[in-house]
Amino acid sequence: MTDWEAVIGLEVHCQLLTKSKIFSGAATAYGAEPNTQADGVTLGFPGVLPVLNGEALRMAVTFGLAVGAQVAERCVFARKHYFYPDLPKGYQISQYELPIVAKGTLDIELDDGHGGVTHKTIGITRAHMEEDAGKSLHENYSGATGIDLNRAGTPLIEIVSEPDIRSAAEAVAYLKKLHQLVVYLGICDGNMQEGSFRCDANVSVRRKGEAKFGTRTETKNVNSFRFVEKAIEYEIERQIEVIEGGGRIIQETRLFNPDTGETKSMRVKEDANDYRYFPDPDLLPVVCSADYIERIRELLPELPDTKKVRFQKNYGLAAYDAGVLTGSRELADYYEEVVKLSGADAKLCANWVITDLLGALNKLGKEKYVDSGFVTIPASMLAGLLKRIADKTISGKIAKEVFEAMIAGEGDADAIIKAKGLVQITDESAIISAIDKVMAASPGQLAEYRSGKDKLFGFFVGQVMKATQGKANPDAVNRLLKEKLAG
Amino acid sequence: MHTLSLKELSDGLKARRFSSRELTRHYLDRIGAHDRALNSYITVTAERALAQADAADARLAAGEAGALTGIPLAQKDIFCTAGVRTSCGSKMLDKFVAPYDATIVRKLDGAGMVMLGKANMDEFAMGSSNETSFYGPVKNPWDLERVPGGSSGGSVAAVAAGLAPVATATDTGGSIRQPAALTNLTGIKPTYGRVSRYGMIAFASSLDQAGVVARSAQDAALVLQAMSGFDPLDSTSVERPVDDYSGALGKSLKGLRIGLPKEYFAEGLDPGARACIEAAVKVYEGLGASVREVSLPNAPLSVPTYYVVAPAEASSNLARFDGVRYGHRAEGVHTLEELYKRSRGEGFGAEVQRRIMIGTYVLSHGYYDAYYLKAQKVRRLIYDDFRRAFGEVDLVLGPTAQSVAFKLGDKTDDPVAMYLNDIYTIAANLAGIPAMSLPCGFHQGLPVGMQLMGNFFDEARMLNAAHQYQQATDFHRQWPKGFE
Repeated sequence: MTDWEAVIGLEVHCQLLTKSKIFSGAATAYGAEPNTQADGVTLGFPGVLPVLNGEALRMAVTFGLAVGAQVAERCVFARKHYFYPDLPKGYQISQYELPIVAKGTLDIELDDGHGGVTHKTIGITRAHMEEDAGKSLHENYSGATGIDLNRAGTPLIEIVSEPDIRSAAEAVAYLKKLHQLVVYLGICDGNMQEGSFRCDANVSVRRKGEAKFGTRTETKNVNSFRFVEKAIEYEIERQIEVIEGGGRIIQETRLFNPDTGETKSMRVKEDANDYRYFPDPDLLPVVCSADYIERIRELLPELPDTKKVRFQKNYGLAAYDAGVLTGSRELADYYEEVVKLSGADAKLCANWVITDLLGALNKLGKEKYVDSGFVTIPASMLAGLLKRIADKTISGKIAKEVFEAMIAGEGDADAIIKAKGLVQITDESAIISAIDKVMAASPGQLAEYRSGKDKLFGFFVGQVMKATQGKANPDAVNRLLKEKLAG
Repeated sequence: MHTLSLKELSDGLKARRFSSRELTRHYLDRIGAHDRALNSYITVTAERALAQADAADARLAAGEAGALTGIPLAQKDIFCTAGVRTSCGSKMLDKFVAPYDATIVRKLDGAGMVMLGKANMDEFAMGSSNETSFYGPVKNPWDLERVPGGSSGGSVAAVAAGLAPVATATDTGGSIRQPAALTNLTGIKPTYGRVSRYGMIAFASSLDQAGVVARSAQDAALVLQAMSGFDPLDSTSVERPVDDYSGALGKSLKGLRIGLPKEYFAEGLDPGARACIEAAVKVYEGLGASVREVSLPNAPLSVPTYYVVAPAEASSNLARFDGVRYGHRAEGVHTLEELYKRSRGEGFGAEVQRRIMIGTYVLSHGYYDAYYLKAQKVRRLIYDDFRRAFGEVDLVLGPTAQSVAFKLGDKTDDPVAMYLNDIYTIAANLAGIPAMSLPCGFHQGLPVGMQLMGNFFDEARMLNAAHQYQQATDFHRQWPKGFE
């Protein structure tokens, strides 16, 4: 294995989040009854014509700008021909020679194996617009195949990477980054189960130091980050084994089986379709003026990398924390809202959002914490709690208790603090009186402490906190206890 | 009634001299009496027509009628008509009832026109004689042993024989003009993008354009006006106001510059037809036009260019007819591949299959550059020729066809001879310019057509030139024997 190097390129199909299809007004929502979102254009009726959805174009351009790519002033739709029942026209409208986006890059972060990170730039060869196909339903039709054309005509961008990726881990890092980006941009819902973000992996191997690429295979149907990793690892191993066994890799399309974790041959190159691409005469070349592109550029949101750097700088966060908080736009917005509303220390806010909020939501099993979690505890609510820490109404420890109650739906911080009587005791006389009681009740320990057993200080703190139901201000307890114990 | 112009019909309807129902009935009776011999209709929609006529009569009675309200027409069976079989002349769509209306159908229905039925045509508009129709050949009313031309053979036969006052048609390489020439009609193919293609079953998308066949330029102007205009459902339709075609018909031709392309008067043009065209040129000179020779040096490349581009697009456009969702589906198939092969093999006729194969070949890997891409370059040269010519002249005049109508079966065994029928008409489609054919005499008792070609969106000037000629001549008023 160590003499070998993998060369990987990924093709990602990303469904654009438009309300209607790329060339017709039919709806794109997922999960409707089969064929209820198939109009004449979707069904490929005789005489119907495609009309480009301007939103799909805007989203494709948005993507191009976000990866620093060239957005073509003039791009052309082409027809890609093959016969299949879920492809109504006998051709897919795609882009071939003149795609909308070319020559972008994406920076990925990789674990360096020593607790740090390294950075790598992956080239994006191109991204082109195309229409999705429908679905063939092979189950429940007693020997026949059902066709659902709801998905047919859903806008996609196919994002093709350069063969810059060298391991399954890099592939996953690239995919996650890409996934984060398209969701950030609001151009894709990123739902991999529903097929909104799908990946094909081109994999080849070569001996280290060799300049020439090996023969590649294309593995289809790898639709989760974990499957991508498994499929690529399997394919790398398989190819090395074949070559080391004296065999030869043939250029072919392979299918990943998630149940076995293996890939198997689907069709060899000789069987490949001749797609007979030619410019679609029903659609005029798409011209994007410099003005149009600039208007879209102005509307670009702050991108994840920029946001992360800003979080580190403005809030004094560690790279890791900034990375977690900028993982999604919603989480980043949430965090900033908490900081703003609470007026509390930004690092404290970060700890609460990362450790407590995300931890709790994970425990609740809410994968999509972004939606469901934020409804449970809106930013204003968490900020309300942090405000009470900042103004010393409660201690950090009590705050955890309040937070538990908040998660349980018992109301906002102030209501919980009031209902449970958790207001922090800062009144020194009250604390001193508690200390006096503890000292009186523990003469033996007091004597040992005074004879030099410093370790017992913790015991006294614990007793005082217990006596005050944990509400005493810990700083005050420490300070006052030291004075009193000294005698 | 069937000898009246559209203007006269409209006046008659508005003056209540006859009702739209009576007029429609009259045409339906004539179809009943004559169409067995001609085969110009695939489907006659009598009930629908009478219902439309009644609605038109109500509009006429309410004083809400337009210039075309209550006037019948035939729709070429290439246009989708909701609830009515739309066959495109093919077995493939023999049982296909369109679920929607083509834009032009919607427009003409909206104008109050009455659809008598769906006109016969070459299968998927591929043919120049109307002999490739699944529904059998159409006969030329001027001689029932001869072809009416194609692909709009049903449209022209119906209008020439008085089985419809006017008809829609389409033109991909001459399918309006050549049949119009062979049946003594006036047929116009407007600029590419002038009339919506939405709902018109595609043959070659970059060449297809809908138009009209009529008994005069005046009639054609009226209907073209109603069909034209930008359609948001067709990305290739052009957003540009439509000129007032009828309003342009009174202008003098003094100062009009007419160019005669020398390539159109070379070898291959029948001397009888040539004589008619030359006489027409004299008429134009008499009307004040100046005539000069122009050159379209790349025009001879039109036919080979067309027979790369059109089949390429057709092979793609016809891929949707796979037996899966609609159209002919072979019975007793066991595999997907068998379903495709047999449904398409059975559903498409020989000429359609030939063009699908040519088109598939020229788009194939390794051949694309040599054929399709090269053809597109030549197409550009042809376009440039016209650009240059229209720098010197206002209209280009030449023959529409090499000769008069030929006999049924004469060219069916020789596809190339058949393809050469369109030698004078194809260039206009490749360039996208408007062109029309109008009657200019008779040779051996059969009609001869001349072709006018105009600059982009110059339909009004072209129609006026045709109209002025028709004011000075009466060829277009001649009727085929037995159909008066």
